[in-house]
Amino acid sequence: MSVGRLEGIEQHPAAARIATETALKEAGRRWVGKSMNRVEDPRLLRGEGRYIDDITLPGMAHAAVLRSPHAHARIVSIDISRAERLPGVIKVLTGADVAATAAPLPSFGAGPIIQDMIAVEKVRHYGETVAAVVAEDRYIAEDACDLIEVQYEPLPVVLDPFAAQREDAPRVHEKLGSNVAYERTFTFGDVDGEFAAAEHVVRAELNWPRSTGMPMDTNGAIGDYDRGTGVVTIYANSMSFTYFHWLIAGSLKIPASKLKVVPVAAGGSFGSKFFMHKVPTFAGWLSMATGRPVKFIEDRITHIASNDHCGSDRFYDAELAFDADGTLRALRIDCVDDYGAYLQFGTGTHGNGLSQIVGPYRIGHVQYSLHAVLTNKNQQGAYRGFGAEVSNWMLERLVDMAARELGMDRIELRRRNLIAPDQFPYRTPTGNIYDSGNYPAVLDRLLELADYEHWVAERDKARTEGRHLGIGVVASNERSVFSSTEFWFWFDQPDFTPTASPESASLQIDPTGQIVVTLHSQAQWGNSPETVVAQVVAEEFDVDPTSVVVTYADSQHALPGTGPGGSRYTVMVSGAVAGAATQVKEKIKRIAAHQLEANENDLQFRDGGIEVAGSPDQRLALADVALSAYMFRLDLPADLESGLAAQSTYDHPLTTVPSEDRSDLGIFYPFVGHAWHLAVVEVDVETGKLEFLHYCAVHDAGTVVNPKTLTGQIIGGTIQGLGSALYEEYRYDEQGRLRNETFEHYHLPSSLDVPTMTVAHQETPSPYTPYGIKGAGEGGRMLTPAILSAAIEDALEPYGVRVTSLPITAEQIVAWAAAPAGGDAR
Amino acid sequence: MSQRVPVHVEVNGRGYDREVEPRRTLADFLREDLGLKGTHVACEHGFCGNCNVLLDGAAIRSCLMFAVQAGGRSVETVESLAGSDGELDELQLAFTEHHALQCGFCTPAMLLTAKQFLRENPGVTDARRIREAINGVICRCTGYQQIVAAIAAVAQAQQTAHSIRIETAPPVRVAQDTR
Ligand code: FES
Ligand code: FES
Repeated sequence: MSVGRLEGIEQHPAAARIATETALKEAGRRWVGKSMNRVEDPRLLRGEGRYIDDITLPGMAHAAVLRSPHAHARIVSIDISRAERLPGVIKVLTGADVAATAAPLPSFGAGPIIQDMIAVEKVRHYGETVAAVVAEDRYIAEDACDLIEVQYEPLPVVLDPFAAQREDAPRVHEKLGSNVAYERTFTFGDVDGEFAAAEHVVRAELNWPRSTGMPMDTNGAIGDYDRGTGVVTIYANSMSFTYFHWLIAGSLKIPASKLKVVPVAAGGSFGSKFFMHKVPTFAGWLSMATGRPVKFIEDRITHIASNDHCGSDRFYDAELAFDADGTLRALRIDCVDDYGAYLQFGTGTHGNGLSQIVGPYRIGHVQYSLHAVLTNKNQQGAYRGFGAEVSNWMLERLVDMAARELGMDRIELRRRNLIAPDQFPYRTPTGNIYDSGNYPAVLDRLLELADYEHWVAERDKARTEGRHLGIGVVASNERSVFSSTEFWFWFDQPDFTPTASPESASLQIDPTGQIVVTLHSQAQWGNSPETVVAQVVAEEFDVDPTSVVVTYADSQHALPGTGPGGSRYTVMVSGAVAGAATQVKEKIKRIAAHQLEANENDLQFRDGGIEVAGSPDQRLALADVALSAYMFRLDLPADLESGLAAQSTYDHPLTTVPSEDRSDLGIFYPFVGHAWHLAVVEVDVETGKLEFLHYCAVHDAGTVVNPKTLTGQIIGGTIQGLGSALYEEYRYDEQGRLRNETFEHYHLPSSLDVPTMTVAHQETPSPYTPYGIKGAGEGGRMLTPAILSAAIEDALEPYGVRVTSLPITAEQIVAWAAAPAGGDAR
Repeated sequence: MSQRVPVHVEVNGRGYDREVEPRRTLADFLREDLGLKGTHVACEHGFCGNCNVLLDGAAIRSCLMFAVQAGGRSVETVESLAGSDGELDELQLAFTEHHALQCGFCTPAMLLTAKQFLRENPGVTDARRIREAINGVICRCTGYQQIVAAIAAVAQAQQTAHSIRIETAPPVRVAQDTR
């Protein structure tokens, strides 16, 4: 397989244009591309968001859980008698109940790595659930947890992912026979040859520690078992239930047809509610066990200590081969990833990174070795970027090192290696393609907007005054819209090889002319599904977007859906809505042509109606068409049925299957945005405090649907990345106890910690997606860790600091300045 | 459980008489007993400020205060902001205009905290001052920038109507520190 311009797929002229109202007009659109206020906002602003904890069912009980104080221990006995006797307690449940009545939780992981809702026989990480109490209120449930007596036999703890690989290491899962859940090396191209031939090689050991999305609203669900019908209804703030509700049914040992998952808005996800199955399964099971509706909402400590969605925890040994002229030639990466106690998504987060492992650069040869290791820690899940944010940090660190080695300007080195506008669609070494782009245009825009030269002069001047200014400039690609192959191409004989990740929409115009769209995977979680839908509908029908009603189907009524994740939702839901709109528009045209005695081709949708182009008095309002579609069958063309509704399922528009030998992983994440950030910081070496003097970002996410909300996603993601870069890390002590399970000790960026950013959008439309949209929900976080590493390193240049691990804490900065390293730090 | 005790609290201008357990938090009292679900708890240990309400005009953590401690005092929650027909007030409008909310979970606390700031510092548009004022409320979605812009926009509008605002602002008293 060759790298570079892809033959056989239509080529797109990579015109970069600036997202403006003029560009919108030029594209012939009115609504897709317009900055508009979100239609979701008014209810949220009034405090009427209807999050999971806002829902109360008649007769509802409340659950709390007892968490393990040990990282690894055999459960010898559990005495629940005192808890059961507490007035108000309905039921106390333990692992024995789970073993007797439920099946393990779903997992895409390899081998016999079983996770149960409540630990059976032994606990494998601090904070794992060992018992649950259902009571009349949450206060009583928590009181009762204190009355449960558990006898543990502590087992040797394994925390270090390198020590965990040793033969004699204590086993996290005995049946696995090893703590190495999975190992594989992929080689794409002639990596050894390139390394041998290259004039330079830089090599780094890099560590990215586990942190988490940490939404303000934790994961929660209400189970409501109806004994009469046998249906278990679960209200949950999970994002992607349509994709896996049948797996929840499996854990509950009920037919999927007897499970109804109802989506509830979430106060943030950032990955933590992606494929979120444990909490809904738990609530459903508790309701079945008690015959009562049961609410289970993680409190903050449960969310931190026991949630299943930590981010990556990686140790890289990474090398980059390049020539004296700056040509980047090959990458060789060896990665140990500490997955914690379970492996719910397999090694999908590394599959994700392989979609853009060479970033925006023409690097033709890649070797990637992965060692997925189990330890006695919280398991990994999804966190904004799903592993690609980590590999991007690694790559940009290597590129900065290469620039230093060559004494070449960091920006110039990057520019020389950017994939050129005429090389798209571009096939990367792993087989994934980048659909379109104009990378130099994004860089140019950044340099212009950020006034780069000015800041270089400022930095240099400051340095002569003994102040520590640093500039970071980094690039990133942003892959969007996954197919599902990244989860299984690791295995030669995978158990399960999904290749679909569809999204659906139903669109109905009711008899009064009101357009109602039903979505089939999620309720909003901070993104803007309803606004996106409203804009697409407005675009298609030329109606006022605020008039569009959006509802959400439950799993019993849902069409295929996957939910937001991997920056897929805006692209996919737009495709589904546009598909349904096209069908409904066809029917309206037929009816209108019939009733107006006009030619269908002369009709156009305008201002809430349909009219003959050029003679606006020959017109029907949508409400007129709708009423006759529902009520006056004999006024329709003879072959049409009553009603005005359609549904559409939109499949991934461009994906291929990995080759048998995995020398080509196929196309699995092809709609690829591009971004550059520039940051200027001043570091106080006495206190370790950072001050942001300037922060500028330019993103190209294809056609922008709503510049205002895209800017919001970019800033929000950037600041989340700032948390990963500077503050956030789960810290375990030598016994495996999590030491920062409260917000007092796990610092999240506050309003005083963050810069004010300048954000600009370029647009290189995707040739393959509806309107040319690319996903962009994760982009910001892909850059901040790399840019802050670079900026701090630059500021501390006099001390010879090399940033090779995160977070870069204030204490670390003070330590660096106090004891100049002159080499690799930490 | 422990004996219930009577409590009288004024919430959003209306008096409520209830019997509560002494350990019941003000947040749970507002949410569960009065059905005012706009007050959100995110940590229940005093660090995120998502549960902020105004007590006698000053922002406090409703997860850290017991309902009985609010006895005889006046509470404002997010439900007090919009008109009875749901019409958004100027701060709420500024939040949507500036895209100062994404998931909306921190938003009620942000609005109330900003409300106090704007009452006490009418017309102050300085970003640093605004950032200091909202520093106790954690937002995981927005990165704060648009929140600061929204508050500054309202402050800007106050500058022209300054005198009117001073007259109509409720008296500000310092709440007892419950942290
Ligand atoms: S809920 Fe976090 S401070 Fe009250
Ligand atoms: S808008 Fe989501 S936490 Fe602030």
